[in-house]
Amino acid sequence: MSVLLIAEHNNTDLRPFTFNAATAASKINEDLHVLVLGNKSDSVAKAASEIPLVKKVIHVDNEIFDNFTAENYTSTILKHVDNYSHIVCSANTFGKNLMPRVAALLDTSQVSDIVNVISEDTFLRPIYAGNAFATVKSNDKKKCVTIRPTSFDPASSTGGSAEIVKSEPGDKFESSKFVKREEIKSDRPELGTARVVISGGRGMQNSDNFKLITAIADKLNAAIGASRAAVDAGYITNDHQVGQTGKVVVPDLYIAVGISGAIQHLAGMKESKVIVAINKDGEAPIFSVADYGLEADLFEALPQFLEELNKLNSIQK
Amino acid sequence: MKILVAVKRVIDYNVQVRVKDDGTGVVTDNVKMSTNPPDDNAIEEAVKIKESGKAKEVVAITIGDDKAQETVRKALAVGADRGIHVKVDGIVEPLAVSKILKKIVEKENPDLVFMGKQAIDDDCNQTGQMLAAILNWPQATFASKIEVKEKSLEVTREIDEGLETIEVNIPAIVTCDLRLNEPRYASLPNIMKAKKKPLEQLNASDLGVDTKARIEQIKVEEPPKRKAGIKVASVSELVQKLKNEAKVI
Repeated sequence: MSVLLIAEHNNTDLRPFTFNAATAASKINEDLHVLVLGNKSDSVAKAASEIPLVKKVIHVDNEIFDNFTAENYTSTILKHVDNYSHIVCSANTFGKNLMPRVAALLDTSQVSDIVNVISEDTFLRPIYAGNAFATVKSNDKKKCVTIRPTSFDPASSTGGSAEIVKSEPGDKFESSKFVKREEIKSDRPELGTARVVISGGRGMQNSDNFKLITAIADKLNAAIGASRAAVDAGYITNDHQVGQTGKVVVPDLYIAVGISGAIQHLAGMKESKVIVAINKDGEAPIFSVADYGLEADLFEALPQFLEELNKLNSIQK
Repeated sequence: MKILVAVKRVIDYNVQVRVKDDGTGVVTDNVKMSTNPPDDNAIEEAVKIKESGKAKEVVAITIGDDKAQETVRKALAVGADRGIHVKVDGIVEPLAVSKILKKIVEKENPDLVFMGKQAIDDDCNQTGQMLAAILNWPQATFASKIEVKEKSLEVTREIDEGLETIEVNIPAIVTCDLRLNEPRYASLPNIMKAKKKPLEQLNASDLGVDTKARIEQIKVEEPPKRKAGIKVASVSELVQKLKNEAKVI
């Protein structure tokens, strides 16, 4: 049997996490096919066919997929699952919204957010905000699995030439309507895939003070993150939230500034390779996961940090 | 309009969860339990809609062992009108939960079903979407704003790229984000009053739902520990360490 990966894209390009999900999917079974559902999305199907791990691309192009609603995706996915043992996608807001709708109609108990593939039916996944790891075996005939993208390296995007097969959509769902999407455009690296992330918490005190973080992010070519407290307080928008109910990040360097380190925040960043904590409370739990802790007032430390970085001759990009 | 709100009893979000030595799960004996946090937001939103005059009744439902009733009592204390407890012991997977909820929906005929977007114990994030699927209702997941219109809801959803707004026809399922509202606290008089509100008890087996687990939990283990780090005395020392020792800048 084969694995069907549901592509996440914007009708022009594949979203980056599709490449990470492709790596995980091909570990489940090497016969990996990708389903692209989009509107005027030929370039997406072509990009999927160029991933060397992909053996076949099924492309359904229809205006009902313009806004990627779970309801319209589901009826079409169900038309295409017959020959597959596994249906998979990324465990980001796209996949979290979509996959349970598919799984329920297949009468399958979904395995969410896997971080390792142990065998075709056995997976490792974090529970309790990553404070425990469960090894679980799915006994359903067809398995629905979502993949924590940051736990798998992205698949190569070039060199493949898989066959692209055109197919037809399922029924349109009439009771739901897309209104608008407010995407925050930024020239910075994406939070989920950035090599360096610098995050601010409640200690930043207001949104204006985030400019201290922005200046360092500019210097380090870093993405900007935030704790839930900072987002709730309105210092920064929700797309920056790192944690159990936000994004999970695994950068080479994570700098937590004015973040106390609640369990829920640690869940989103503690797999980072190197963690720096800057906090004036020496007892803050963030120090328990930090490789380098600096007990200091962030309003003094951040300008000094920028100054020291400016003194360095070279900064890795 | 009638709103059904599903709530789950979980280990309190402030508790540092510990894995059992025998690898069969996590320690729950003598551990503080609470309502799953975003389920509190779901109750709060339903009660607010009722207070605005747009809903007539808010029914809270929980699925679990006898102690799960505490979460329904709490919902009643902050404004739900009556409660339902579907008794079932052990772990119930989201698929089975959604099937039980479907039976209750068919019995109660609510216009809306609210619940938290994710339970903080198993972190599955499935139940609302699954219920929407098997009812063939629209789903509005990860809601941070809900506007009730005559025959529809306009819902702002938190997505990775920012915010998305959709309009779903009623009946609909909404799963709630923590930023949807600020849940109120129950006052002592309301906690007392809640004890007198009706709470219906049912058994999952009487509803004809098979709750047998489809997923075998083979083992539960501690996450890999990070090795202890160091404190640095100054910003310049920090930058030197990052450059020369960790080699990340």
